[in-house]
Amino acid sequence: MKVSYYPGCSLHAMGKEYDQSMKAVSRALNIELKEVDDWSCCGASAAHNTNFDLSIALPARNLIAAEKDAMDVMVPCAACFNRFKMAEHHLKADKDLKARIEGVLGAKYQGGIAIRNPIDVIYNEIGIDALAAKVVKPMAGLKPVSYYGCLLLRPPEVCQFENYENPFMLDKMMGAIGADVKNWSYKTDCCGGSLSVSKTAIVVEMCDKLMGGAREAGANCVVTACPMCMANLEMRPSPNMKMPVFYFTELLSLALDLPGSKDTFKSHLTDVQPLLSQLRLV
Amino acid sequence: METFLEAVNKKIHGVPLQACYHCRKCSAGCPAASYMEFNPNKVIKMIQNGQKDKVLSSSTIWLCLSCETCITRCPNQVDIARMMDVLRQMAIEEGVAAREANVLKFHEAFLSSIKFGGRVHEMLMTVHYKLKSGDFFSDVDIAPSMFLKGKLALLPPRTKDMKSVKNIFEKTKTK
Repeated sequence: MKVSYYPGCSLHAMGKEYDQSMKAVSRALNIELKEVDDWSCCGASAAHNTNFDLSIALPARNLIAAEKDAMDVMVPCAACFNRFKMAEHHLKADKDLKARIEGVLGAKYQGGIAIRNPIDVIYNEIGIDALAAKVVKPMAGLKPVSYYGCLLLRPPEVCQFENYENPFMLDKMMGAIGADVKNWSYKTDCCGGSLSVSKTAIVVEMCDKLMGGAREAGANCVVTACPMCMANLEMRPSPNMKMPVFYFTELLSLALDLPGSKDTFKSHLTDVQPLLSQLRLV
Repeated sequence: METFLEAVNKKIHGVPLQACYHCRKCSAGCPAASYMEFNPNKVIKMIQNGQKDKVLSSSTIWLCLSCETCITRCPNQVDIARMMDVLRQMAIEEGVAAREANVLKFHEAFLSSIKFGGRVHEMLMTVHYKLKSGDFFSDVDIAPSMFLKGKLALLPPRTKDMKSVKNIFEKTKTK
């Protein structure tokens, strides 16, 4: 299949491991990516916290650019995904707003393409069995907890993610690559990402609680699909609470033994290499 | 004259706050409630009571993480997360000083970065935030390792059609 690809700012900076592994995995699973032409930032939390129209117009600019290619747009960053879905939701529900935003952008929003995150694309379009069939190196000994966070799931009528209080797609995917996925109660809890820089003390407590929950569940790592969660969970927990955190695509790439699959492990802020070498996965 | 409740409801543009029957499910699930001056359901009550100044100058509106757990669990679909956005925007537009000033300064630094290049440049944004907030020393220990790991780009990324991006900021300006 072929999709439009919106990397967003994070995937070209702090979250470059996600971009690299996403591209490798897409290639291996025959998902052809076409980057949205001359994309701009989605506005993230900063826009919706301060100016509603701005928070719709910024993602709408990119949605309109993606519509030119007439394919579903795949948005790996959970924050961008959320803002895209939110813009779509409001533009479809509110005619006055749609007219106002189209006036700002000087272009029409058609609303004809679906906004999808890669978990959904891989799970529903490629399928767990097809993924499992491609595994070369099972992730034996890896005990992840799947961390979905907020932005892929909520609000449910906007994000339309399966089973938003107890999602399972990431868990199944990790199972398919041979990892011993641990169940835990914090799959959808917030890590505090939006206040990570400005109210750090609060966020340290929130991250410690998550990492504590992961340990209690018997996990040796955390798997995420959000660059905000990644940065936050790598930087903010107290030193004794830290644990390796992976983008789910990094582990898919490793299990499929794709070219360059080990390259992204070097740039993690919490060292993931001791765990991987101990388990003889690298 | 429009009451505070009417003004907030109009901007939420959804289920009116009167639908709240104060079951406190929002506050029970809110990960930031214990840090807030007033719990989310208390804020609804205060809006119903017309306590505008107290609400707009509270820390609560700036400590809301926008995790959207409240709206997800509200039995009456009261969009409390959207309400928090509305209250923050009202506070800004009416010149009420943000009680958690650095939270707003971070948002401003982030938006300036978009206005400058169309895409966020983390290094410039961080410098901008530090200058605005005076918080010079936090995270300075992390920065060098980020740089060495290639996570901080030196050159700002840029959207080519910057005119269209600047135009968005210009035309959505509220004050």
